[in-house]
Amino acid sequence: MGKILRVAGPVVTAENIQDAKMYDVVRVGEMGLVGEIIRMENNVSTIQVYEDTSGIKPGDPVESTKRPLSVLLAPGILKSIYDGIQRPLDVIKSQGGDFIRRGLYPDPVDLNKSWDFKTIAKKGDKVKSGDIIGIVKETSIIDHKIMVPLGVEGEITDIMEGKFKPLETVAYVSTSTGVKEVTLGQYWPVRMPRPVKGKLPPNIPLITGQRVIDTFFPVAKGGTVAVPGPFGSGKTVVQHQLAKWADSDIVVYVGCGERGNEMTEILTTFPELTDPRTGSPLMERTVLIANTSNMPVAAREASIYTGVTIAEYFRDMGYNVALMADSTSRWAEALREISGRLEEMPGEEGYPAYLGRRLAEFYERSGNSTIVSSQNRTGSVTIIGAVSPPGGDISEPVSQNTLRVTRVFWGLDASLAQRRHFPSVNWLTSYSLYSGDLRKWYEDNVSPEWFIAYTRSMEILQKESELQEVAQLVGYDALPENEKEVMDIAKSIREDFLQQSAFDEIDTYCSLKKQFLMLSSILKMDEMEKYAVSKGVTVADLQSMPFKEKLSRFKEVREKDIDTYFNDLLKEMENEIKGRADKQ
Amino acid sequence: MNENVTYKTVSRIAGPLMFVEKVDNVGYNELVEIRLPNGERRTGQVLEARKGLAIVQVFGQTTGLDIENTSVKFLGETARVSVSDEMIGRIFNGLGEPRDDMGPVVSSEKVEIVGDAINPYSREEPSEFIQTGISTIDGMNTLVRGQKLPIFSGSGLPHNRLAAQIARQAKVLSSSEGFSVVFGAMGITSEEANFFINEFRSTGALMRSVLFLNLASDPSMERIILPRVALTTAEYLAYERGMHVLVILSDMTNYCEALREISAAREEVPGRRGYPGYMYTDLSTIYERAGKIKGRNGSITQFPILSMPSDDMTHPIPDLTGYITEGQIVLSRDIHRKGIYPPINVLPSLSRLMNQGIGNGRTREDHRGVADQLYSAYGRGMDLRSLSAIVGQEALGKEDRQYLEFASLFEEKFVGQGYYEDRSIEKTLDLGWELLSTLPEREMKRVKREHIQKYGKWVK
Repeated sequence: MGKILRVAGPVVTAENIQDAKMYDVVRVGEMGLVGEIIRMENNVSTIQVYEDTSGIKPGDPVESTKRPLSVLLAPGILKSIYDGIQRPLDVIKSQGGDFIRRGLYPDPVDLNKSWDFKTIAKKGDKVKSGDIIGIVKETSIIDHKIMVPLGVEGEITDIMEGKFKPLETVAYVSTSTGVKEVTLGQYWPVRMPRPVKGKLPPNIPLITGQRVIDTFFPVAKGGTVAVPGPFGSGKTVVQHQLAKWADSDIVVYVGCGERGNEMTEILTTFPELTDPRTGSPLMERTVLIANTSNMPVAAREASIYTGVTIAEYFRDMGYNVALMADSTSRWAEALREISGRLEEMPGEEGYPAYLGRRLAEFYERSGNSTIVSSQNRTGSVTIIGAVSPPGGDISEPVSQNTLRVTRVFWGLDASLAQRRHFPSVNWLTSYSLYSGDLRKWYEDNVSPEWFIAYTRSMEILQKESELQEVAQLVGYDALPENEKEVMDIAKSIREDFLQQSAFDEIDTYCSLKKQFLMLSSILKMDEMEKYAVSKGVTVADLQSMPFKEKLSRFKEVREKDIDTYFNDLLKEMENEIKGRADKQ
Repeated sequence: MNENVTYKTVSRIAGPLMFVEKVDNVGYNELVEIRLPNGERRTGQVLEARKGLAIVQVFGQTTGLDIENTSVKFLGETARVSVSDEMIGRIFNGLGEPRDDMGPVVSSEKVEIVGDAINPYSREEPSEFIQTGISTIDGMNTLVRGQKLPIFSGSGLPHNRLAAQIARQAKVLSSSEGFSVVFGAMGITSEEANFFINEFRSTGALMRSVLFLNLASDPSMERIILPRVALTTAEYLAYERGMHVLVILSDMTNYCEALREISAAREEVPGRRGYPGYMYTDLSTIYERAGKIKGRNGSITQFPILSMPSDDMTHPIPDLTGYITEGQIVLSRDIHRKGIYPPINVLPSLSRLMNQGIGNGRTREDHRGVADQLYSAYGRGMDLRSLSAIVGQEALGKEDRQYLEFASLFEEKFVGQGYYEDRSIEKTLDLGWELLSTLPEREMKRVKREHIQKYGKWVK
């Protein structure tokens, strides 16, 4: 039995732990608190403990569980809410009350619940690692596919259909090293990525229903996004909107060191919201991981790994999974705190020197991949990581290391947020390196003119920022009419298109078709206004025309009415502008 | 277990830290009783427990401690405070000991001051609108029960008056029940403390308040304990006695300074500007204790006050606070200079839980739209104000001049109000419409058309 030598916050050192191995989970003290070995020196191990260590004494026992920190991947994961080390918070509540007590380790899924298992493979089939041998209908929209565990390969000697508990054997596979049992659930160490055969180019967008994202800065399924922004710039609302409306099959939401009330908001709103594609409650496809800021810091460090491992598991079934991590800065701070307690040599701003590598490793677990299996299957994990830079200044290490490994950047801007321009994605600084990859998809699936509309509007916004500088110097009134016209159109793109209310029942989700029609009507207006200005109509006249209001109300139009609305709008626009221009 | 052995094996004293050797059976975070050579008693806490060595953080001064004669007793439990109903109306120090002359609190209940985290699954989403009677808060940065909303202020700004006004006026429309106030003062001056005490006394609020005072001259170590003692008391009142508690903590900047002081004494690797790297986590264990719990009556609403060093919002203290709290109310020196009270700058202010508390059935259906429209109009007005400083008002278009005028009107009429002026939410929203009507109706893109017809004040 190992014995504790020293306790300082979440870091504990102990000597003589039997069979101690790096990253193995140990149980610390009389209460058996869970910890992980993170450093070894002779017979002394350093352990990071996932719970508060108050009252733990030198001399208390430490025992190894001889297994690295793992998650249980089994039916029952969906709709759950876990802490950073996959402890189900609902069960913790029923066992320990409203405050999280120490030393409670309920099973991640109910091990006594039976699930209906339907076979796909049959006796005598030759199977390889990752092959699907049967399914369990986990929720009304998600089939939980039972796969042959990685490393197992051979002939099925028996497979049974019927009701099974998560850890009961459903099949036997005879392999070269003996007969292996296949259960519904399997354990997987969180710090080890689940392998894939290969990665495919990302060429299908993750459709989010958010105009500034889908139209201007799209992310591909399997891509990576960094969302940095100071507090109050709407990071969390953006993450929530994606969790709600993104067209992925599974959503894993990691609340990493953030606010308790925000997790509660998800818990109360998601069951009431329905997925626009399936009509089922959003919770049916969601896994929540909530390690709020006041919960133990070491478990916060583990939370993003727990989340991404669950995401990879569903990817292996062939699903498109979106993982939201809010916020990776809090994760990095946990890393820094533990590193400090280990008395490691600090790098930039006190973060450990391996911060960049750890971030890169995490984001590399994303991707659109071909799955390890003899059955041809693909799946994807998209990672959207919020970053909370101190003071909103992204020159700090977490932001910079994140930007190096992510391909999309949604830069949230405090000054836009202060003006209640939401989502406050700054259109000049943000970028998406997927725009080119996804062009073909948009042209095939939305409109052949998609790309032109996108580049044209970006040009207008760019031009506006140049003109604004001029206007700052000489005054708006001194600008020539044709430049005022550009500013007028840019204003319309900003206010009538980019701004989108997450809290409006209709505007919260905007289909790609509606996005395209809205943008087209603005660009059409541009054409007509240019004509009118060339005829001598002033921009001030154009601005007071009644169709402008109709344009600004396009957001509020229901999806079924958009075609008629678009046609009416164009007619009114033409009548009013052309009418006025031709009178000139 | 060898109960409460007394050690006289102090080997080193450095700043607030004391090293005790040859100890046995000492737990991390355990409470320590220290007896000085002159018989005086102090308390402390185990910061690090090693085999045969305990590092103790002394609460209060280390003046008078010595190596030979100081004796140390490990109490075998973590810091606790006695809580009871009798605490209401009383004044305590940072450790929860009475500061008034009304004798000790009799209580059988001793509660750990480092509370466990509320299980996110047990939380109830805060959604009950609190009317503070202050237009800029109610109308544009609505507060709800169970929220934590700090006031970001600066030295010389009237944050104390604002906090006192909120404590006096705050109510929930559906019930007549007032808020109980738990007031935690960390390192504030005795004048400031007297202001609050007199304020609470004169409005009768003292009868439903518990005050914890750690003045600027009191030991800074107590500042670390004080908010936890105050919140433990608040939790008892809220969750055990079903009260709605408003916790005012002033000034969080002093708390963070104390945290830095200890961290430096412990020779820890400093983070930004010398503050410890775990300050975010540490602050969250204070702020996150606000909230509501399903199935329990009471609630804790937090109003921390912090003064931003040189009005810099990116300073680590306001920065980390803003990342934890559900918004912030920002006071502005510019507005204060214009003689406007309360000098709230709405642009950087925010309430994240606003949406849950407003709208039909809670406040009024047009609330969201009016707030957004006021924001965007004032934002534009402010932009134009800085522009007109360069190019002059004459260079602005007619519409721009209207916005410029709007910004001034807004500050004067909407932001400005009296210290004893308690505006109802209807009055606040109507005032908003009145101000908006100085702008062209077609500019109203944030409000619903039917609301313009119903509440708008444009002359047809």
